[in-house]
Amino acid sequence: MDTKQALMHLADARGVTGYESPAWEVVNSLFADLVDEIRRDPLGSAIMLKRGAAKEPPARIMLAAHLDEIGMVVSKIEDEGFLRIWMMGGVDRRILPSMEVTVHGRRDLPGVIGAIPPHLQDPSKKDKSWKWDELLVDCGMPADKLRELVRVGDVISFDRRAVGLANDRIAGKSMDDRAGIAVMYEAARELQKLTHECDVFFVATVQEEVGYGGSITSTFGIAPDIGIAIDVGHATMPGLPEHKVLKMGSGPAISFGPHVHPHIFGKLKEIAEDRGIRYQLEPGTNPRGTDAYAMQMTRSGVATGLISVPLRYMHTSVETLAFDDVKKSGQLLAHFASAVDSRFREGLTCF
Amino acid sequence: MKELVKRLSEAFGPSGSEEQIRSIIRSEVEQYADEIRVDAMGNLICRVAPKNPAPGSGPGAVPKRIMVDAHMDEIGIVVSYIDDKGFLRFSPVGGLSPHVLLGQKVVFADGTVGVFGTEKLDDIKDLKFDKMFIDIGARDRAEAQAKVRVGDAAAMVSSFADMGERVSGKAMDDRIACLVLIEAMRRARPQVHEVYYVFAVQEELGLRGARTAAYGINPDVGIAVDVTLWGDTPEHAPFNVALGGGAAIKAKDASLIAHPAVKNLMIDAAEKHGIPYQLEVLERGGTDAGAIALTREGVPSGTISVPCRYVHTPAEMVDMGDVGACVSLLVAVVEELASPAGGGIL
Amino acid sequence: MLLARLSEAGGISGQEAEVRALIRSEITPYVDDVKVDSIGNLIAVKRGRRKDRRVMLAAHMDEVGLMVVGIDSDGLLHVEAAGGVDSRVLVSKLVYVGADRRPGVIGSRPIHLLRAEDMDRATDMDSLYVDIGAKNKEDAEKLVKLGDQIIFATRCEPLGEGFLKGKAMDDRVGCYAIIEALKKQHDFDLIGAFTVQEEVGLRGAGVAAYQVKPDLALVLEGTTAHDLTETCEHAHSTVPGRGPAIVYRDASWVGDRRIVDRLIETAEAAGVPYQIKRTVTGGTDAGRIGPTESGVPVAVMSMPCRYIHSPVSVICADDLENYVRLAGLFLDSIDERGLPV
Repeated sequence: MDTKQALMHLADARGVTGYESPAWEVVNSLFADLVDEIRRDPLGSAIMLKRGAAKEPPARIMLAAHLDEIGMVVSKIEDEGFLRIWMMGGVDRRILPSMEVTVHGRRDLPGVIGAIPPHLQDPSKKDKSWKWDELLVDCGMPADKLRELVRVGDVISFDRRAVGLANDRIAGKSMDDRAGIAVMYEAARELQKLTHECDVFFVATVQEEVGYGGSITSTFGIAPDIGIAIDVGHATMPGLPEHKVLKMGSGPAISFGPHVHPHIFGKLKEIAEDRGIRYQLEPGTNPRGTDAYAMQMTRSGVATGLISVPLRYMHTSVETLAFDDVKKSGQLLAHFASAVDSRFREGLTCF
Repeated sequence: MKELVKRLSEAFGPSGSEEQIRSIIRSEVEQYADEIRVDAMGNLICRVAPKNPAPGSGPGAVPKRIMVDAHMDEIGIVVSYIDDKGFLRFSPVGGLSPHVLLGQKVVFADGTVGVFGTEKLDDIKDLKFDKMFIDIGARDRAEAQAKVRVGDAAAMVSSFADMGERVSGKAMDDRIACLVLIEAMRRARPQVHEVYYVFAVQEELGLRGARTAAYGINPDVGIAVDVTLWGDTPEHAPFNVALGGGAAIKAKDASLIAHPAVKNLMIDAAEKHGIPYQLEVLERGGTDAGAIALTREGVPSGTISVPCRYVHTPAEMVDMGDVGACVSLLVAVVEELASPAGGGIL
Repeated sequence: MLLARLSEAGGISGQEAEVRALIRSEITPYVDDVKVDSIGNLIAVKRGRRKDRRVMLAAHMDEVGLMVVGIDSDGLLHVEAAGGVDSRVLVSKLVYVGADRRPGVIGSRPIHLLRAEDMDRATDMDSLYVDIGAKNKEDAEKLVKLGDQIIFATRCEPLGEGFLKGKAMDDRVGCYAIIEALKKQHDFDLIGAFTVQEEVGLRGAGVAAYQVKPDLALVLEGTTAHDLTETCEHAHSTVPGRGPAIVYRDASWVGDRRIVDRLIETAEAAGVPYQIKRTVTGGTDAGRIGPTESGVPVAVMSMPCRYIHSPVSVICADDLENYVRLAGLFLDSIDERGLPV
């Protein structure tokens, strides 16, 4: 299928952090014909290898996008038939009132996160957001039936189907980071038309939202020379200072900072310019926030890079991006992988 | 069993100074282990070989490694300065709250006892560690220095109380779990895979001992045993765990999302053997399983916890029925994992 | 299913066209007369066998939603609440804008860029906006207009065991009950008044009553059901599963006691479960019908709805059935025993 369809399919798939298997199924079927080998490592990251043409590949390149999405977990089942919840990953609780969700119990159950009606509220509390222990999931069932189907520890995902907005923009849940996986998909498709000497590992990592566990462990297992994380970055919206945000539709953002090897940064820029791919820069001093942070410090170190797809409303269920940014990011990475040779790799230790 | 709980609870072992508790545990477990060593960080690692290792020499013949962990260390304080009047300034070791210290005593490795005092406070809300000090009854710096040095650690003083079905004392976190491991070592019969029982150091400082122990052992599955919080005292915040409700099986905490296969194995084992259990989602707090899970290429891991009231105070309280349930569950899980079917995980 | 179509139809106060058209097409085969008045109320008359009394059933067609009140240079739409919508339920939701139902999202500043204390504060209406994917103001103006209605994109579907979720249960359940009632012939003239602008001040109902001049009116509404764990029982208002709620009084009107008693008697005689609304909150069209001219005897019967005035409400299917049934039995009782007033 084409990359836009793949993106919508990926965004709709359910894969709450720690419970990524349903989303893994989609990834597996998408990449099966594009790579030579697919396996899942002990924590569940999907490692998809497309071997390079060289008999002795000059470098191992790892591309990583995270498979997991934020969501919630059932923390208690009340006798009145409502579920108490806690977050899995960083969920802003202010998005939860009136949210439609799916509870992944013995089977998937639809649910609604209710909210106290205005008429019954304490007027002095009206400008305060509801706390986690005031937000309850209503599955329309009595407690005894609910307890047959749901247990404490079951995960809950947002119920949202991706939708097209104007100007080829798309809104949905989990664009963070299914957009990154769609970028890898586009790159894998593009690589079918190119030659590359290096082994390329497309990795859909698990548990990034709760501390990069998947990238720490999958990087250890692969021991790549080069690791490029593909994630999303904050796009313009009211209330955010302009210099801190990316522009939707202006192409992939190439990051710069302690978490990025300067030669990787340079090479990505060079490729973008050579191929006429519009790009933007994302400078920053904070190395945290993406899989690049973890990859860089694994074993004896990995030369890392980071590509960000501009995204509005990150960590809501209406994350919005420009499809063209996804496509261009994929092309950039395919051509990067194709360009890496032994001279480039040796140069990585020259600072 | 209560006698051993008392000895373990009262033993000295703040994070980083676990020598005394390690030697007590060592003497308890030596008889059950095929191999014992202490690693660079001070973790006590006991290997139990399988009864029937798989025959032959193919890849199937290599026994897999099951790592079971409890931490020996307890929270406490460390002396940072001795003033000219003989009063000690200190820093917390592990997650301590200043309010818990008011009116309490600490004890050093050699038995020296100290009492907490505070500077003048306009408001009790201003209480912070740097407004407190420890008084060991010394009249001047020289007298203090004869007994205590900067860098010495101290543990809370508390006497063990036998309340019948329940017991209370310091360091149930995590000495009660050490007891669970000792009992499991005694009872569990692993068939084809090996089990490493690790009594870890420095969990309270950030899961430090478990991290390195796991790297060294390189296990195929990891199980931590710890304590967890409670939800069943007056007007407590909602939490699915109650004392007397059985072994707590972890779904998630701040350090770990329990691997679904490990969590399900624990639930199935509890149901199969009729062991009372409760599922928990802990908002804040973590266990050694969080460190074990991220070792090398990743290790499917989970946690079994003893419900414990008043955690991180000198009066931590557990239910002996829950302790028994945790022992039974751990034995069942270890045997399931160490069986030829590997619990579906190995 | 008719209720689902009613729930998903869009109509904020003053823009009820889509809902009105749907209702009109449903009732036309069953009634003698249909008209729309100057404020937009849809009034349908089913003449009785004896035509000597006039009984009016009233339900409102409008729902709470938002309206486009500004378009900024980024192409984002500024909004105002149309009716009582708590700004806290709007964030991270999907909406449809205008008659074309153009999809849009109500976004929120990312959590990574907030401080802990920001998360305690609700986002106020002026800081919320709808993103339809427009590149800038000019682009947006080609796609939507100032004044366009914004409705929630909630699908009406079953939930759990015997529940339904959907938007605008307040008051499409009432519209549904009236449509069903209009299918039966009575001795008296039965008038269905599908009113407008209830959510912004009960504005259509009085106008309708003035034209209809009924001998008796029954308002069919949706009301708060708040049986969530956190609330103590006396504050529950109504509870789903216990049947339609008969209302003694609310913030806008004291129900005519004779009508209330007849409703209770009818329910008990037929074994229809019912409950009495426990709180005195909320206003309804009765507040305008009652004081019309020299007064109209009126009372209110309400469907318990969880999460009223939010993008997703939840109702109990059995309650809906009993609500429709009790309304019908009440009308039958007028044939059998005459008006209660």
